[in-house]
Amino acid sequence: MDNSNVEMNQLLNYTLHLADTNLILAQRNGECCAYGPILEQDIAITNITLDLLGQARNFYQYAALITGNTATEDSLAYLRTEREYKNLLITEIPNIDWAQIVLRQFFYSVYQYEVFKHLQTGADTQLAAIAEKSIKETTYHVKWSSEWVIRLGDGTTESFEKINKALQNIWQYTGEFFIPADYEKNFIDYSTIKEKWISKIKIVLEEATLKVPENIFMQTGGKTGIHTEHMGFILSDMQYLQRTYPGAEW
Amino acid sequence: MVSTEKQEEQKIWKLLEQVSDPEVPVLSVNDLGIIRKVEIINGEVIITITPTYSGCPAMDTINMDIRLKLIEHGYKNITFHSILSPAWTTDWMSEEGKRKLLEYGIAPPQYQSDKKGMKEENIECPQCHSHNTKLLSQFGSTACKALYQCYDCKEPFDYFKCH
Repeated sequence: MDNSNVEMNQLLNYTLHLADTNLILAQRNGECCAYGPILEQDIAITNITLDLLGQARNFYQYAALITGNTATEDSLAYLRTEREYKNLLITEIPNIDWAQIVLRQFFYSVYQYEVFKHLQTGADTQLAAIAEKSIKETTYHVKWSSEWVIRLGDGTTESFEKINKALQNIWQYTGEFFIPADYEKNFIDYSTIKEKWISKIKIVLEEATLKVPENIFMQTGGKTGIHTEHMGFILSDMQYLQRTYPGAEW
Repeated sequence: MVSTEKQEEQKIWKLLEQVSDPEVPVLSVNDLGIIRKVEIINGEVIITITPTYSGCPAMDTINMDIRLKLIEHGYKNITFHSILSPAWTTDWMSEEGKRKLLEYGIAPPQYQSDKKGMKEENIECPQCHSHNTKLLSQFGSTACKALYQCYDCKEPFDYFKCH
């Protein structure tokens, strides 16, 4: 491949990484629909999911444009194989309980906010435009999830135990946020993003009386298609309809 | 030639006043401020729209409603462009739109969006106009609304949040 092809390929992969991460988290959060702890929060998590899905669509549409030929946002979202997905691992982990759901949203939304802020001023104008649009939505997600982390952490003994357990479980998936895959290096510099992420989440965790776990082995692989054992199940749920009835619409 | 195209564009802007937001039917797409441009180039009508929220399911319906309205008035060749930047903000909502929202029972956005980050508190109740209200949920019946309740008349109400 010549240089411009390499660059195009990197742009495609990075755009797919952004799209996939949002899509898989939307799929996971979507499982909460009609199962939220109370009606208002059921609506909140599904509204957040809708934002994530909408942002994913913008990224997939751009990726389809770069791919060319017959690629569409739908073929990219529904018809790739597990190893082709480049989403962060944290989006795949099962919901387990509300504590795990809100903590995962919190870690991801704070991260997404910093990434979008960075992309807004980046060289790629379409990624910048999507980031500019999305960051307004993400601001609300950060606020909502921060409040829940504090409420559970600084709540009852039981709520503290649950969110602390979620923290011990989820923390291992936050390491790969800041390890750039080869295709990312042109678009993002994680050193300042990591610093900002850590300082922001520490403020909230402290208020929630939670401590950042130390010396935990960090899982990696999502960005390059090496997923957890949960991924196949998510995809079979998500892709079943399009694989069984190709092109089905309703 | 140029002047007729300008006149046609004005006519289309007028027609758009009759196309409403399917989720907040009291607002026209003009009130919402999502139509960025109307152009006629070589007989083709090109409408540039900016989405309110990335995942807003109303956007597809809005495009379809606009298309139907224009077809009804004899326009055939219609193309939509979606533009993300500059991102839509509630600042683009017309004053007329804000007034209609309030009458409809939805509290309109209270601040300019650059003041965002300030807490959206003491939102005026669209029923009894008290400011003695509280936020129930950051997310309401649609992505663009939050749910509030009035302490005085006790009614819950939707608030079109600043964006």
